[in-house]
Amino acid sequence: MAATAFAIIRLRNLFAVVMLSGIFSLLAASLYVLLSAVDVAFTEAAVGAGISTLLMLATLAITSEYEKKSERSNWLPKVIVFVTGGVLIYGTLDMPLYGAADAPANLHLIPRFILESGTEIGIPNIVTSVLASYRGYDTLGETVVIFTAAIGVLVLLGRGHNRWRPGMRKPVVPEDREEEV
Amino acid sequence: MELPIEIPMEIPGLLNYWIVIVLMMAGFYVVISHGNLVKKMVGLSVFQVAVFVLYISMSKIDGGSAPILDDAIKQYSNPLPHVLILTAIVVGVATTALGLALIVRVRDAYGTIEEDEILEQERNDT
Repeated sequence: MAATAFAIIRLRNLFAVVMLSGIFSLLAASLYVLLSAVDVAFTEAAVGAGISTLLMLATLAITSEYEKKSERSNWLPKVIVFVTGGVLIYGTLDMPLYGAADAPANLHLIPRFILESGTEIGIPNIVTSVLASYRGYDTLGETVVIFTAAIGVLVLLGRGHNRWRPGMRKPVVPEDREEEV
Repeated sequence: MELPIEIPMEIPGLLNYWIVIVLMMAGFYVVISHGNLVKKMVGLSVFQVAVFVLYISMSKIDGGSAPILDDAIKQYSNPLPHVLILTAIVVGVATTALGLALIVRVRDAYGTIEEDEILEQERNDT
């Protein structure tokens, strides 16, 4: 995964970058299976590796496929990144160890979900019970966010997309631009 | 066989956080150092995946199985981070779609998706 991430930094061919980000998502999905998060794994494989990559490819088809070499100096971003990374690693020294069953995050509410949700909700999959019932409002909020994003995309790319608009510098050559949303 | 140097006990247990931090910083670097807008979006999604891995690795418990109830299983992984990250993945795709739509409009207005060229056009205008 780290190798894929660094290849994304180096490459200038955006098509390859987008493909690598798809591979990156897929590797993340297999990692989730190993970490026993199966629901997350198939969502990541379908949505992260599938739909995201498709949307980015559609954007590349409309825009350009190569990245220009930037003349900006890149020592400042490097310094910022290393300082931030160092501070974060310092922060992890107090974190609970990997796989610890007595980590604070695992003690509150979780035993109740595991013991009671089978009888209270009647679904064997605890993730589904929590998603749809205990944290139902959260899921409703998520749906609202997606709805808002869909409206935003439609407003930006919807009808009259090829028309001349105020603020546009030159008339755009009509191209096949069908962004699947 | 004895190792020549003493390795602190925490190191293997914290390795998951450090991998996450390396991935996160890779995404962060792409976002702040590259001028191409599509590449910035890819960097953001790398950063996002790093955060997801952080949560999921915190939910893993030694010997715990996937949180699906069964009489034969004694220990489960923590289901709550799974739920949060499921939500986050879907929301992440929605925001990616919105960002890409904005990039398409930027390209309509300026004819380029390179940040430097956009700024130069802005400067020439004023």
